[in-house]
Amino acid sequence: MVPTQTESQPAAAASLEEADRRDLDWWIDKLVEGLVFIGGISAIVFITAIFVFITKEGVGFLGSRFDFSEFFFSQAWRPTSESKPTYGALALIAGTASVTGFAVLMAVPFSLGAAIYIAEFAPPKQREILKVLVELLAAIPSVVWGFIGLSMMNPLIIELFDVPIGLTVLNAGVILGLMAAPIMTTIAEDALKAVPDSYREGAEALGATRWQTIFRVTLPAARNGLVAAVLLGVGRGFGETMAVLMASGHSINVPDSVFDSVRALTATIAAELGETAVGSEHYQALFTLGILLFVVTFFINLTADLVVRGIRKS
Amino acid sequence: MTPRTFALVALTLAACSRPDPNADGPTTTASGRTVIQNKGSDTLVNVAQAWAESYAEVEPNVAIAVTGGGSGTGISSMINGTVDIANASRKMKDKEIASAKDNGIDPVEHIVGHDALAIFLHPDNPMTEISISQLAAVYGEGGEIETWSQLGVTVPGCDSDEVIRVSRQNNSGTYAYFKKAVLGKTVEYKLGSRDMHGSKDVVDLVAHTPCAIGYSGLAYANDHVATPCVKATDDGACVAPEVATASDGTYPIARPLLMYTAGEPQGAVKTYMDWIQSDTGQCIILDKGYAPVRNVTCG
Repeated sequence: MVPTQTESQPAAAASLEEADRRDLDWWIDKLVEGLVFIGGISAIVFITAIFVFITKEGVGFLGSRFDFSEFFFSQAWRPTSESKPTYGALALIAGTASVTGFAVLMAVPFSLGAAIYIAEFAPPKQREILKVLVELLAAIPSVVWGFIGLSMMNPLIIELFDVPIGLTVLNAGVILGLMAAPIMTTIAEDALKAVPDSYREGAEALGATRWQTIFRVTLPAARNGLVAAVLLGVGRGFGETMAVLMASGHSINVPDSVFDSVRALTATIAAELGETAVGSEHYQALFTLGILLFVVTFFINLTADLVVRGIRKS
Repeated sequence: MTPRTFALVALTLAACSRPDPNADGPTTTASGRTVIQNKGSDTLVNVAQAWAESYAEVEPNVAIAVTGGGSGTGISSMINGTVDIANASRKMKDKEIASAKDNGIDPVEHIVGHDALAIFLHPDNPMTEISISQLAAVYGEGGEIETWSQLGVTVPGCDSDEVIRVSRQNNSGTYAYFKKAVLGKTVEYKLGSRDMHGSKDVVDLVAHTPCAIGYSGLAYANDHVATPCVKATDDGACVAPEVATASDGTYPIARPLLMYTAGEPQGAVKTYMDWIQSDTGQCIILDKGYAPVRNVTCG
């Protein structure tokens, strides 16, 4: 488009005019540029709008009724009590944390194992099939997972472990682990693939076995990507609602074993928000839980993102 | 689970929208069909559905759109002005009536039937009668009963002996009524109950869990759960949960089933409410396992 500098002045002016044609192609170019810009900026607009919305709905509670020590250190979540409503979220926070924590414990070994196998050992054809299957696992709707937890895992857990009820941290954690595993596997596999082959070749040239190469060279080189994979899996588990609502027992309780029923923050919002009058104290308290969830997931994802950026630089 | 889940999502979205001042009164579609929005109590949803279906034959020009979700859902929709009739298994609280009035809506209460709240046990549970004070000690804050042996029974298949309390989510009309009728106004529920989202889930969970005890509308009882008789006082007579005992008021935990309209019903809504009170309407509620408001003879 820009005339070359070696040409003489009049010729340059002529070709400048030629280059400046505003024909159909030029307009299409501009249009596409605009559309791509809107697409790019929309994520920022939406995330800001969502944050402003939940803050606006929850701020009334934060400003007046919110009591820090009650909210974080009391188990008594009794928003509909007529005599004295209390908003203790400790059990809900503990519920979310225990289920997510257990899910990560379940999912990390399996996901890393699957990622190592797919990236390092599987022959090309098998690798493609495995990748498709792992991604298919992510396509199962969460309500279906919840249904499996409620109607299949519940009797199974009662039978296997001889406990009074099967809707527990164990049940929800296993379900959530299965839901988080595809994300972890996919990202971890990408991270392993991103390690240059020259590293592996170097290690093998020094006489390292396959396992030594993976354990001492490939995994440390892919460390940041693997951490990001785990963190994104944690974020997935943290925000999951339907499956946890159905499989956890939905019981206000700080668990002391995996066989206790719990209640998650997300499930509480889902179960109660539809039935509260807009703008009431209970409604605002639920939005305060929403703010808490938003902030925590935001920081988990931000950390994951910064860690990924870490690998790109190095 | 699925329809309720769907309703939940729809309601969550609905709850996000502000009350629409023009939403009062049934809407009329372009084809001249009147649509009456009817939402609320899970206890009443099956009856409301049956009424709507039968009414479609009586009055083809009126469509009744029935949604469940719980009494709280129906009442908050009434407050927000998005429904014509709200179904409730509890009375509206003073606070709720006040906020409805703030939005220019004057809710009017109609009793459409009665419901006995049955106590559900696993079929293997040998217990055949339970008293209100025992229930209060099981469910109420500070209550001492934690094990089945404290209730005097050994439940086969329940080795831990622990009483697994199954309850409802805290906006449910059933939850609120059970609290008022069994625990008393000032006593809270013990924390740690499994709070199910819907009466059907309570029955399903109790049916599969030997240690469990639950409560819900009698109409949800089936062959997979046992329903013990209930004693109002420890040495009183034990009354079985039945339509007849709910109607005559001898069963200690029976409650009126309510429908709320915005103001005195008019037009299509009035015709519908009158039809519900007619013999045809009352026979339908009897057929669904609830007690009618008066004695009716059905064919």
